Amino acid sequence: MSKVRLLVGTRKGAFILSSDGKREKWDIDGPHFAGWEMYHLKGSPADPNRLYASQSSGWFGQLIQRSSDGGKTWEPVGNKFVYDGVPGTHQWYDGTPHPWEFKRVWHLEPSPADPDTIYAGVEDAALFRSTDGGQTWKELAGLRGHGTGPRWQPGAGGLCLHTILIDPSNHRRMFIAISAAGAFRTDDAGKTWQPINRGLKSQHIPDPTAEVGHCVHRISMHRSRPGVLFMQKHWDVMRSDDAGDSWREVSGNLPTDFGFPIDVHAHEPETIYVVPIKSDSEHFPPDGKLRVYRSRTGGNEWEALTRGLPQSNCYVNVLRDAMAVDSLDKCGVYFGTTGGQVYASADAGDNWAAVARDLPAVLSVEVQTLP
Amino acid sequence: MIRVVLPAHLRTLARVGGDVELEVEGNVTQRSVLDALEARFPMLRGTIRDQVTQQRRPFLRFFACSEDLSHEPPDTPLPDAVASGSEPFFIIGAIAGG
Repeated sequence: MSKVRLLVGTRKGAFILSSDGKREKWDIDGPHFAGWEMYHLKGSPADPNRLYASQSSGWFGQLIQRSSDGGKTWEPVGNKFVYDGVPGTHQWYDGTPHPWEFKRVWHLEPSPADPDTIYAGVEDAALFRSTDGGQTWKELAGLRGHGTGPRWQPGAGGLCLHTILIDPSNHRRMFIAISAAGAFRTDDAGKTWQPINRGLKSQHIPDPTAEVGHCVHRISMHRSRPGVLFMQKHWDVMRSDDAGDSWREVSGNLPTDFGFPIDVHAHEPETIYVVPIKSDSEHFPPDGKLRVYRSRTGGNEWEALTRGLPQSNCYVNVLRDAMAVDSLDKCGVYFGTTGGQVYASADAGDNWAAVARDLPAVLSVEVQTLP
Repeated sequence: MIRVVLPAHLRTLARVGGDVELEVEGNVTQRSVLDALEARFPMLRGTIRDQVTQQRRPFLRFFACSEDLSHEPPDTPLPDAVASGSEPFFIIGAIAGG
């Protein structure tokens, strides 16, 4: 029978939750790296026992941990992230030039084909790649260097590169997203990049055709249709049917279109999930009701999923990397909250249960479907 | 033999239970002690000093013989008691954060 492994990063350590294919009973292992901020953990699609984890702290900086046994043991690997050449400047919050400074790794994306190749999205925004299992890192400097970099400005959470999507049918094509610069695409394995933000509208940007400056919170795709992208922006849920060349809004009947994560059902490319949050200053669900919204039509028409989720006095947030889907049938959907709960649905969102209730604030959730 | 006291999280990272004892060749300074520490425990690289600038991370301090040595130049000799091993060199995390 298949197994499922959840990799949960929190403000004070990492946890690994395991279950069989029924996904009813869960074992919780952790905390790993107790006391450290674990922004993200992810397993290699090419070798599910190869895991990578971003470990950081305000005192001791950034570390990268690697496991070759599914998270039972870990070893620190390379943590030297040096920008290529003269780093230059981006914009600071007040619009003045500010030098690029490495702060932390937000997201780790292992190659679909090679367990030793992995990408890291960092703050201040840049993309790094390792081809030796995380021992050494080299910046893909074409992203910061393509021209718009000096105009990028941090969002409230920092100038972070938080999303990395690799086209499963063409690994030379990748999509990344930066708060608050926008989305970008490469078609040559990271050598050159272009902004892909046409159609995004952001109230804080006076120019409706602005090439960059959009606060993209998350992008997702279905592996069978890598040209179709879904985006949760600061405000607005968006969709592109041309690999990001143009976007249209699909917020439809959502109670609010602010939020952080967005994900796609493993077997239904038009079924997508978001967690509406009241506003950019009120980072909690509307009306104190924690509701996942599902669209089976690729957007615009949404239904609230509430069964098993708290429907009163709930004021947690769900962060951008804290939702994931497994590939079992029926598709499992998972998300973690800033209140330390991890919720799981084994039936595509119809019913939910808390599989962990009292963890530190959850920063990220990834899932591995294992044979 | 130089004795170094690490913060708890760095002891865990380096997989040591207590004080670290190091052989340091030549002058005993902050730089030579930290070089020897990182040579023996490579996983500590970047956690005490910036990997590029070699500057002390802002939320760490260096103490020895009841003195705050955090702002001393890195090549200033450490007190004789540290060099002789009778007093440890403390690396301390700031009382900050949550």
